[in-house]
Amino acid sequence: MTDISYPLYLDLASGLFLLTAVGVLWRHQLSAMIRLFGLQGAALAAMVTILGIHQHSLELIVVAAGLGALRAGLLPYLARRALGDTPAEARETRPVVNVAASLLAAAALTLLAYAVTRPLVALAPSPATAILPAAVAVVLIGFFTLVTRRRALSQVVGFLLLDNGITATAFLAADGVPLIVELGVSFDLLLVVLVLQVLTTRLRTAFGSSDLDELRELHD
Amino acid sequence: MNGAALIATTVQVVVVVTGAPVLVGLMRQVQARLEGRAGAGIGQPWRDLRKLLRRAPASPTGTGWPFRLAPLLLVGTSSVLAAVTPLLSTASPLDHTADLFAVVGLLALGTVTLALAALDTGTAFGGMGASREVTILALVEPTILVAVLALSARVGSTNLSEIVSTTLHDPLRVASPASLLAAAALLIVVIAETGRLPVDNPATHLELTMIHEAMILEYAGRDLALVELAAAMRLSILLGLLTSLFVPWGIAGADLAMLPLALAAFVAKVAALGVALGAAEVFIAKLRLFRVPELLAGSFVLAVLAVATSFFFLA
Repeated sequence: MTDISYPLYLDLASGLFLLTAVGVLWRHQLSAMIRLFGLQGAALAAMVTILGIHQHSLELIVVAAGLGALRAGLLPYLARRALGDTPAEARETRPVVNVAASLLAAAALTLLAYAVTRPLVALAPSPATAILPAAVAVVLIGFFTLVTRRRALSQVVGFLLLDNGITATAFLAADGVPLIVELGVSFDLLLVVLVLQVLTTRLRTAFGSSDLDELRELHD
Repeated sequence: MNGAALIATTVQVVVVVTGAPVLVGLMRQVQARLEGRAGAGIGQPWRDLRKLLRRAPASPTGTGWPFRLAPLLLVGTSSVLAAVTPLLSTASPLDHTADLFAVVGLLALGTVTLALAALDTGTAFGGMGASREVTILALVEPTILVAVLALSARVGSTNLSEIVSTTLHDPLRVASPASLLAAAALLIVVIAETGRLPVDNPATHLELTMIHEAMILEYAGRDLALVELAAAMRLSILLGLLTSLFVPWGIAGADLAMLPLALAAFVAKVAALGVALGAAEVFIAKLRLFRVPELLAGSFVLAVLAVATSFFFLA
């Protein structure tokens, strides 16, 4: 990859990475949130592939392929299976912070991420570390989604966004984490989504909906 | 004062005034054909304007000067915008007026005058239309300012002509993330400001869905012709501004010989963008009014991201 196009492709991939996180806050339909999360997994895999091609590292490219298969393929498929068939289950109900305010909060969190990572970027300026604020912003937006959404599935999408952001930060700031750690984290994510699928099915049969705020008191 | 630049500015105003209803007619014709109707033809808005101009205006009892002033002020601000924005050439005699803040201020002045006129009528429709329009305006103005600020950060000046000529000399800048995000934000802003789907249906007359139509409901005759002409002019100026900022090839500098080419390029680009917008409108539905602030907040976030990437990215 030439020296001119490498920063441009990296910028475009990281822009898509951040935009899908904003999109998850924007959309109401749970299926749209899952689709955007899959797109974000593809953007993350693209970023790591571009880094691997630039550093001529076959290991990074293999890790990128594994990341793409897991976060853009397997996890969205499992999450969609946890979604359920009824239309009443298809939307996010009354988030704690409404959508317009969440979007403004996302803008504020992005600016916060830029301010916080300025010393880190100044430490080792390069096209890869210039993207670091976007990854930290995705961490913050994922955490925000986890905290302000009511449905179990949207909270798990927030958690997965958080992990995507952490992985991206690891690959941009350092050279990624050791392969064993990456495998362990991926296995944990897989378990989380599988447990979610079982849990939402049980919630739905027991209480009729997977809105976690309905579980505030004991039912008969 | 450069004679060539003066000619270019005059041609800009004439083209916008005469071509704006044709653009509206083209968009309506494209929509009609896509919906399976024969359509009224591209010249229908001009025929409507001609009919309206022959009739005497009527003002409701109890209205004062805001009602009578609004059509004149709307056409006036639109004409000044047509002269000031760099549509055909970047060397205009009003160059120091072509600043971002002045342009956004003129747009807002026109909108606020119309909202005041709607309130002046004292009807329920006028009040409702005015309050909805001002809600949208309050969310749209920061977005325009921030999105064009993202483009001006690299150039070092908020002068629109300078931004356009810098983009002319450095074409790869259009593909940068800051530029793409600003383009997406400005597209949503143009749709909201000109009252197109999904923010406002320009062909509706149901009170639940009217925003712009509700404000001009009491106008008749010459006043209505002026208001319709001003709305068409604002649409063509905003679409022209979009193409000038992001697809500027063809805009002339101070050279008079490039003017016919610049005119042809401008007409082609704005017509293509108008046709695309009209065709897209056939496939989308109008958003609920409570969802419109979400869309505008989303476009504001895109504009803020554009500013952040333009200030902080290395490449």
